[in-house]
Amino acid sequence: MTHSAQSSVESPETPVLRVEHINVSLGGKSILKDVSLSVNKGELKVLIGPSGAGKSTFLQSINCLIHPVSGNIWLEERQVDLAHKKKLFEYRQHVGMIFQDFNLFDHLRAADNVSIALRKVKGLSRKEANDRAVQELERVGLGNKMNLYPAELSGGQKQRVAIARALAMDPKVLLLDEPTSALDPELVGEVLAVIRDLAQSGLTMVMATHQMDFARALADEIVFMQQGQIIEQGAPSVLLAPGSGTRTADFCSRLSDLYEEK
Amino acid sequence: MIVDAQFLDMLIPALNKGLWMSVLLIVPSAIFGSLLGVLVGTLRVFGSKPVRRFFDGYTVLFRGVPLMVQLFVFYFGLPSFGIYFEAYGASVTCFILCSAAYHSEYVRGALLSIREGQLKAGAALGMSRVQTILWIVVPQAFRRALPGCGNEIIYLIKYSSLAYLISCMEVTGEARAIAAKTFRFTEVFMVLALYYLFLVSIASWLLKKFEDRLYIPGFGRQK
Repeated sequence: MTHSAQSSVESPETPVLRVEHINVSLGGKSILKDVSLSVNKGELKVLIGPSGAGKSTFLQSINCLIHPVSGNIWLEERQVDLAHKKKLFEYRQHVGMIFQDFNLFDHLRAADNVSIALRKVKGLSRKEANDRAVQELERVGLGNKMNLYPAELSGGQKQRVAIARALAMDPKVLLLDEPTSALDPELVGEVLAVIRDLAQSGLTMVMATHQMDFARALADEIVFMQQGQIIEQGAPSVLLAPGSGTRTADFCSRLSDLYEEK
Repeated sequence: MIVDAQFLDMLIPALNKGLWMSVLLIVPSAIFGSLLGVLVGTLRVFGSKPVRRFFDGYTVLFRGVPLMVQLFVFYFGLPSFGIYFEAYGASVTCFILCSAAYHSEYVRGALLSIREGQLKAGAALGMSRVQTILWIVVPQAFRRALPGCGNEIIYLIKYSSLAYLISCMEVTGEARAIAAKTFRFTEVFMVLALYYLFLVSIASWLLKKFEDRLYIPGFGRQK
């Protein structure tokens, strides 16, 4: 794995998030095998790979929605005690998560979707939480949809509410699990635009996606996964260079072939 | 068969007195039965294993034993263990426990229909499991369970008539007493039927109002 070489080359600052030797098995089957990743402040890392490669499992194991069998996680300097429930809940506040199928709270209006965790987890008053929710929804361009329920929003709008909900918690890292793959093609753009703004504003992110143009343009590093392992890892300009012969380049060319056929 | 005015003059006040007793039986049983049912249903889905076992057992017992037997045990049986219930107290207790067992099953079904992603989204925001269940899952499940729970409340109105078996004189008890005295069974029970129809109509109307109040787009029913 290129990980150790990578971190010694990197500047001496401590990474915002560091996960090491993550192993996950589900139903006795090993899904992730010794996966490690380190993310510096302001970086956007893009996970790519065929479906079933473990990208989604990896992202969910980073904030312990799926408990790793073994592995260590550091947020800034502190190691996260995964067995300690309170500390785990505290850690998750700092690591936002965006899901493929949005997972908005179906019984709450857009504004309440954003504010509920502020009230129940961070203990803000109803007014403070609501003000913050309004601010975050305006940031993702949904200032006029605050009182609508999830069922009344389009897929792209739902995903933007989900992003606002995650941002309201002031996460140090945002994990995005194929945020656009459940969307109609014409709605992908509006969500990617929001994510692009976030990347440019310096939010640290780890994102699984099949949007290769997006990855090429914005990723600091591409992480290629296959069969539960990280196979390749590097800057897009290196991994995707013509004639580089990397697995990543091969995978991407097959992806784009597929889209051109359509 | 003629229902003459003189007979009605005797019948109606007695039934009204019983009706009041019925309402006193039904309202607390419906409210606390539903609340307990939500609690039991939630614990049967999200509780630890011993808790789940315990409340599964409770449900089996109270759904499996005829309500009449429960009433007799509470009213006639428990005093031999030093636990004394008034007829009214025994009835309401049995109704609450019995309807909660049924409600818990509607609630359990509704809870299981809530997608796993809702729990994940709550957890990802730093909510504890209890917080997620309380603020995210139960409010959604309750709305889904409402039609079923309403059904149970309608049913409760009718099985509340069993209270007269342990001398709690609600509307059926009063009707029986008059019928036995006058031998005019048909008239008395036809009027009694209208009383129940009236109670059930009011309950249906209230339940519909309640459903409307809790209505949220995307939860099944179209407005």
